[in-house]
Amino acid sequence: MYAQLVETGAKRLKTKEEMSPEEREFHEKVDAETKIEPKNWMPEGYRKTLVRQISQHAHSEVVGMLPEGNWVTRAPTLKRKLQLMAKIQDEAGHGLYLYSAMETLGADRDEEIEKLHQGKAKYSSIFNYPTLNWADMGAVGWLVDGAAIVNQVVLQRTSYGPYSRAMIRICKEESFHQRQGYQILLDMMREGTEEQKAMVQDAINRLWWPALMMFGPHDDESPNSQQSMAWKIKRKSNDELRQMFIDQTVPQLEFLGCTAPDPDLKWNEETGHYDFGEINWQEFYDVLKGNGPCNRERIKTRKNAIDEGAWVREAAVAYAEKQKQRAQAA
Amino acid sequence: MSEWRLYEVFVRSKHGLNHKHVGSVHASDAEMAMENARDLYTRRSEGVSIWVVPSDTITASASDEKEVLFDPSEDKVYRHASFYKLPDEVGHM
Repeated sequence: MYAQLVETGAKRLKTKEEMSPEEREFHEKVDAETKIEPKNWMPEGYRKTLVRQISQHAHSEVVGMLPEGNWVTRAPTLKRKLQLMAKIQDEAGHGLYLYSAMETLGADRDEEIEKLHQGKAKYSSIFNYPTLNWADMGAVGWLVDGAAIVNQVVLQRTSYGPYSRAMIRICKEESFHQRQGYQILLDMMREGTEEQKAMVQDAINRLWWPALMMFGPHDDESPNSQQSMAWKIKRKSNDELRQMFIDQTVPQLEFLGCTAPDPDLKWNEETGHYDFGEINWQEFYDVLKGNGPCNRERIKTRKNAIDEGAWVREAAVAYAEKQKQRAQAA
Repeated sequence: MSEWRLYEVFVRSKHGLNHKHVGSVHASDAEMAMENARDLYTRRSEGVSIWVVPSDTITASASDEKEVLFDPSEDKVYRHASFYKLPDEVGHM
């Protein structure tokens, strides 16, 4: 989900005969579920695709702090504020795990962040929606982190070792996020006023479809999906993951006593899954292209953070240099 | 941040266990690396001790040279206890 559209550079899959001996050996390893490590030989396309995917994923974690940061000073209680800050700190951590994994591929962190600021690198479309009321903090934790977990649990088995290990760490921490979100909503529905209950439904109405969009477009026969699957960077299709998410989320939605803004959502006895309506793909592509409600604001905030923090980084380098000279003199 | 050195982070999760590699951090010096490692890798009491080591000081074997580097140990089955068959009567050894 965090990587919604990753270009692999592939026009079609190579046959075994067309591959060089190194590439064949690489594929045999991937097929045998042997993790690829930084020093192993890998096809250039595999490396580039991973840099794109992992950097998108890292940017998503970092930009993902902003919608929640909006509510730190407005959290209703000290307990909620502490929980929210812990969650945001985790997201900063997740971004860092991922940037580190990306760096093992020879990519430069600053360069990739610069691509984000120039609009050349993507991040998840979900973080371009505003967080308008306190229930949004609940809905973000429950739906957005919930969707992230579905995707990330599968990515623990991705073929690149450092990415897989980052995913394992992230998944361990992520379930706290989803539970704290759901608990916010449960408390509001159980103990809240009518107005507060209406806020919960309103938050779900606004975030339901964007959460489903997190899994990306329908899987077609596109060479990108096929290539990512063949390299085992991707382990399950977007549609499969979206269905898993819906199937596990609808009972939780019903337990809350809320509804989804989708008249076509209903249990299908035959398939054993929920049927659901068509996503507004025009909206998805618009947001991805930079025209969502908050795209410009998010990038501006990130740029400001880097620019205005420059003096701190420079001071740290100057301090380290001075300490080194003192140590040499002594 | 590129001018900041990269450090590998090793965490001892419990007393009595080895330090284990957990990831890396960028920092302007070792002290900052230690603080960053604490914030990043031990937010939920995952460790009792941390090592930070500048990444460029690590000498690593290339994982592709498996055959060459580890060849000497491949054909020495007699280094394993299972090589020595004992009669059942001897019991556990």
